[in-house]
Amino acid sequence: MIDSKQYQEYVHQNAQKSNEWLTLTLAFVIGGIICMIGQGFSDLYAYLFPKWEQKDVATLTSITMIFLGSFFTGLGWYDKLGAYAGAGTIIPITGFANSVVSPAIEFRKEGIVFGTMAKMFLVAGPIIVSGVGVSVAVGIIYYIIGLF
Amino acid sequence: MEHVLLYLRVFLVGGVVCLIGQILINKTKITSARILVSFLLLGAVLEAVGLFKYIEEFGKAGITVPIVGFGSSLVNGAIEGAKEGLLQACTGGMAAVSGGLTAAIVFGFVFALIFKSHPNKR
Repeated sequence: MIDSKQYQEYVHQNAQKSNEWLTLTLAFVIGGIICMIGQGFSDLYAYLFPKWEQKDVATLTSITMIFLGSFFTGLGWYDKLGAYAGAGTIIPITGFANSVVSPAIEFRKEGIVFGTMAKMFLVAGPIIVSGVGVSVAVGIIYYIIGLF
Repeated sequence: MEHVLLYLRVFLVGGVVCLIGQILINKTKITSARILVSFLLLGAVLEAVGLFKYIEEFGKAGITVPIVGFGSSLVNGAIEGAKEGLLQACTGGMAAVSGGLTAAIVFGFVFALIFKSHPNKR
């Protein structure tokens, strides 16, 4: 026989396990679907603008995904989806847009300049700084290698 | 049929990237900001050592839509710029992602003016 406390622990452990599997599955499925949407736009733009270079198609696709991420963040839908999908909504580029728009809206009450404009880079700031830092470092290394 | 397979690959690769992120979140309680920076740097490293293009060939948007692709574009722009000169090596990264960055900033600002804050935040 197990007493009620042990039983509760048992139920709790199982719930955590099933919760973990659920979060992993949802992250996989939602993340995969967001990427398929991106591929859809990429194929659509390649079809609509056959003379464009691949990198311009990629840029327009990024812009579209960022627009969608921003728009649904504004509506409050993206964060509702994120409550279930976790990393599935954080890691796609739409999640980057979400990390910009979310604080921009949230801190609006502190004013346009020091609220929205300053705080929109709360999460995007570290991303941009680390990304640009690495790109300059790699660029210089490749330039030096290219000299020889 | 070819298209179905392509979208299946996109789904699979994109799903696996997000799955890895979710495992990190579950196991280490790491914040989403750190997850984003880590995956960006992962993309930058994959591009710098030349592995990214093989994953992209297979997974297409599955690897370019996640933030990994953003890191890859930054480094790819720098590598392309390095062929022209030192200045272009430094500015190439930012130039490559200027479209996405501009979009994020402009939409972020405009939507902050249009939409109201929602109470149930993450």
